[in-house]
Amino acid sequence: MPLNESWQTGEIPGPKKASLIVKPDIADAMIRRAKRPILIVGHGILEYEVEGLRLIDCLIELAKKGKIPVVVTASTNKEFLARGYIPAAIMPAVDIANRLTDATWKGIDGKDTYDLAIFVGLPYSMEWTILSGLKHFAPGVKTMTLDCVYQPNASWSFPNSTIKEWAASLRAIVANLGD
Amino acid sequence: MSRKGVSFRVKEINSDIAQFRDLSISIGAIHEEKWDEPMGPTPFPTLSTLRSWDHTLLKRYKPFYLPFCDLCCLCTYGKCDLTGTKRGACGISMSAQQSRTVLIAACIGAATHISHSRDLLTHVIEQYGSDFPLNIGGTSVEVEAPITRLVCGVKPETLGDLEPVLDYCENQVTQLLAVTHTGQEGNNLDFESKVFHAGMVDHVGMEVADIAQVSALGFPKADPESAMADLGLGTVDATKPVVLVIGHNVPPSTSIIDYLRDNGLLSEIEVTGICCTAMDIARYSAKAKIIGPISWQLRYIRSGVPDVIVIDEQCVRTDTLQEAAAIRTPLIATSDKNCLGLPDRTNDPIDAIVADFVSGKVAGALVLDMEKVGEIAVRVAQGIAPNRKKQGTLPSKDRIIELAKKCTQCMLCRRACPNDLPIPQAIKPAAGGNLGPLNELYDDCVGCGRCEPACGQKIPVHSLIVGAAEKQTREETFCIRTGRGAIQDVEIRKVGGPIVLGEIPGIVAFVGCANYPKGSREVAEMCMEFAKRRYIVCTSGCSAMSAGMYRDKDGKTAYEKYSGAFEAGGIVNVGSCVSNAHISGAAIKIASIFAKRPLRGNYEEIADYVHNRVGAVGVAWGAMSQKAAAIAAGFWRLGIPVVVGPHGTKYRRMLLGRADKDEDWYVYDARTGEKVYGGPVPEHLFFAAETKEEAMVMIAKLTMRPNDTSKGRANKLANYVDLHKRHIGGLPPDVHRLVRVPADIPLTMKSEILEHLQQHDWKEQPIPDPTLLPRMVHTRRD
Ligand code: SF4
Ligand code: SF4
Ligand code: SF4
Repeated sequence: MPLNESWQTGEIPGPKKASLIVKPDIADAMIRRAKRPILIVGHGILEYEVEGLRLIDCLIELAKKGKIPVVVTASTNKEFLARGYIPAAIMPAVDIANRLTDATWKGIDGKDTYDLAIFVGLPYSMEWTILSGLKHFAPGVKTMTLDCVYQPNASWSFPNSTIKEWAASLRAIVANLGD
Repeated sequence: MSRKGVSFRVKEINSDIAQFRDLSISIGAIHEEKWDEPMGPTPFPTLSTLRSWDHTLLKRYKPFYLPFCDLCCLCTYGKCDLTGTKRGACGISMSAQQSRTVLIAACIGAATHISHSRDLLTHVIEQYGSDFPLNIGGTSVEVEAPITRLVCGVKPETLGDLEPVLDYCENQVTQLLAVTHTGQEGNNLDFESKVFHAGMVDHVGMEVADIAQVSALGFPKADPESAMADLGLGTVDATKPVVLVIGHNVPPSTSIIDYLRDNGLLSEIEVTGICCTAMDIARYSAKAKIIGPISWQLRYIRSGVPDVIVIDEQCVRTDTLQEAAAIRTPLIATSDKNCLGLPDRTNDPIDAIVADFVSGKVAGALVLDMEKVGEIAVRVAQGIAPNRKKQGTLPSKDRIIELAKKCTQCMLCRRACPNDLPIPQAIKPAAGGNLGPLNELYDDCVGCGRCEPACGQKIPVHSLIVGAAEKQTREETFCIRTGRGAIQDVEIRKVGGPIVLGEIPGIVAFVGCANYPKGSREVAEMCMEFAKRRYIVCTSGCSAMSAGMYRDKDGKTAYEKYSGAFEAGGIVNVGSCVSNAHISGAAIKIASIFAKRPLRGNYEEIADYVHNRVGAVGVAWGAMSQKAAAIAAGFWRLGIPVVVGPHGTKYRRMLLGRADKDEDWYVYDARTGEKVYGGPVPEHLFFAAETKEEAMVMIAKLTMRPNDTSKGRANKLANYVDLHKRHIGGLPPDVHRLVRVPADIPLTMKSEILEHLQQHDWKEQPIPDPTLLPRMVHTRRD
């Protein structure tokens, strides 16, 4: 499967397309470089389990190690709470994205704007349109997706990959962050 | 009455209203004289008349644009790359371009309803005369056309009186479409204001269509106990000749019923329908069967059951002719808006047309004479059924297995599927004989067929899914209460107080198309949940069908379980798409009948009332069409929030409030004229939810209004908090923004909410008598 084609074949955005995260260290470097990253987790991640690892656990670890505040959408919160992890905020996806387009918004903690928004687990086309909104209207925010499919409207996206490859990449990112 | 009627210039009626300078309108309505309500400030508003109201709303609910494409390709300067801050060759910015696209969609939607309305009205006037009186609900409905009265300032009494109202609508849509030309409007908020205008005009057009058909065609007249009709694939008696009607404009279908009635054939032939034509034909004869929403078109045609297909307009798959030919079923097109390349046989003798169809000489024809359509359709069905033997194209189990074996697992079908359904993963086991996973896709499949041309192996993917669900489709035997039309004035008088005071937590209207993320069932579940919680639930169009396509644990559908009255815990099917006007009409009637606000040509005041006091929310869970965009826009201008499903982000923008910005939520207290904090309610005007659960929580929140009494707010909060705890987990993080005074706190939740308030430095806020219009200060009439 072509690595940098939209997962939904018809969703062709235009001239500006996401750079590929070909190796986990790229994502890792981006996260390290960011001054104020934020992680937005949609309900889609609840489905995934690879070799006994639930991806939600992987993301919790990522958030903890990278000290990244987590915004949960839809019912994702329940699963986080069930794991004893309290997200920084509960907010619908369009609401958090809308706030990210506001250059004067001081973030969930009221301290400062975010410079990196990491998305994972929204329905593909919804994530696509939301990332497009940010691409055009949030110039100060870089976006990254951690889904197993290519999201052309992000600044950086994983290529289309199998669940296994994807899980391995996520694990590697988490491991690197722990260094 | 003469169509030309009386012509007047608006400025002569109310010369101190500067906005109407030079607007000349032929109102036609001689019956004017009988209406003694004084004319309000804004009859027949033009593009800019209500601009300041729109900008008031848009200041609070700012557009968040979600471009579907970085480019614009509307003129030969293009394609222009509008990424970020780039501008097109005409100078347009990305935000203006997105709002322009929204306006184009709203214009298409409004034009479609208005043109449908015009065709319908012309037809019933031809049949019954322009003096035929409007009768929407006898003496129980005195405000026969709340939207028309509000927007146009006229009070129609006959079919003929509706013609000038449509003249106005057509005129406005033409002007609105002109706005979208290259080098015209350049400001996104002004585009948005015009989107609202298109929506308002759309609701007028819909109202005209529905009150015309309710009056002339004898549909249920505001009847809470309108008849039940069969719903679902499994309700069709396939041993009989079967007619299928698809579309929205009902005259071809009524002509079929008339022919059957006149010839004593009603029990010999099955009349079945898809989409709003089905909804409306069931209002004409409850013997007609509703197959389902738009997504049932492919699956039903491919089943081979229909012996003749009659299409009219809107939301008819444009490949229906090819699909019909594949099952050797003739197709009759009946609208000049949808001719499909077919030969025009309108003036040919009926016998010749029938003979050509039955012999298989022609696969389709255009027949624009409604009188003829009924006879042709019935006789063709009778003539062809014995030979066709209901031959369909759905594969048998063996054939599915055989086809599945050809699959290379290339994923292209999944990548074409709007719902990203795991098709290849389901085809794999099918090749080994296990059709279970394929069957499981059936409920979530929107029947778009996009997976099929994507497949290089030419596997008819959608047919595989439907074939695998064969048993399930046979068991689709549900029922639906036929569209009742308007809400009675007496019902409004009864619930007006409880709604405005908040004892009834809100009105939730499930409307629009069937582009659902997870099937019909979610709509049914949401309807039942809100009815159980004693909201007033309204349904219309495809959503009304979906609401009936599910049985709860007691084996009952939503319509069997709940009453059809406009009351707490009722599930009110108003009818087809155009019947949506009765939902906005009900909100308007609460302001006019219950609160006695002047209605005539008084848009701003009524919208301000509705926005601040009537806890209504529209939910278009599978909104797909441009018509849905226009319908939503009509609700927005009234300040009524609309929630859509995740596909709704493809409408290219949301209208979102910012609860965290206190300064956005100030209202005038009409008692004192002071600007006071009214709280972030309703929080959004257009919102896409990610899941059903998120939608339900948001719906409960969006029914709150600044005017809520403490008792009402406590009731609304109790529902919001409870839904949040169940579906999201924990106390909602924004409870402190929604509690104004201690009495707002639901009793059963007192301690936890008090604790939350303490943590958030909560301060008591007075409850205002809210208005966004400075001119309403001290001029309250209720
Ligand atoms: S309308 Fe404007 S932005 Fe669009 S193609 Fe023409 S010049 Fe370019
Ligand atoms: S027909 Fe169904 S399975 Fe095929 S692409 Fe459309 S929604 Fe997906
Ligand atoms: S597109 Fe065809 S071959 Fe490819 S996975 Fe789908 S069904 Fe199989």
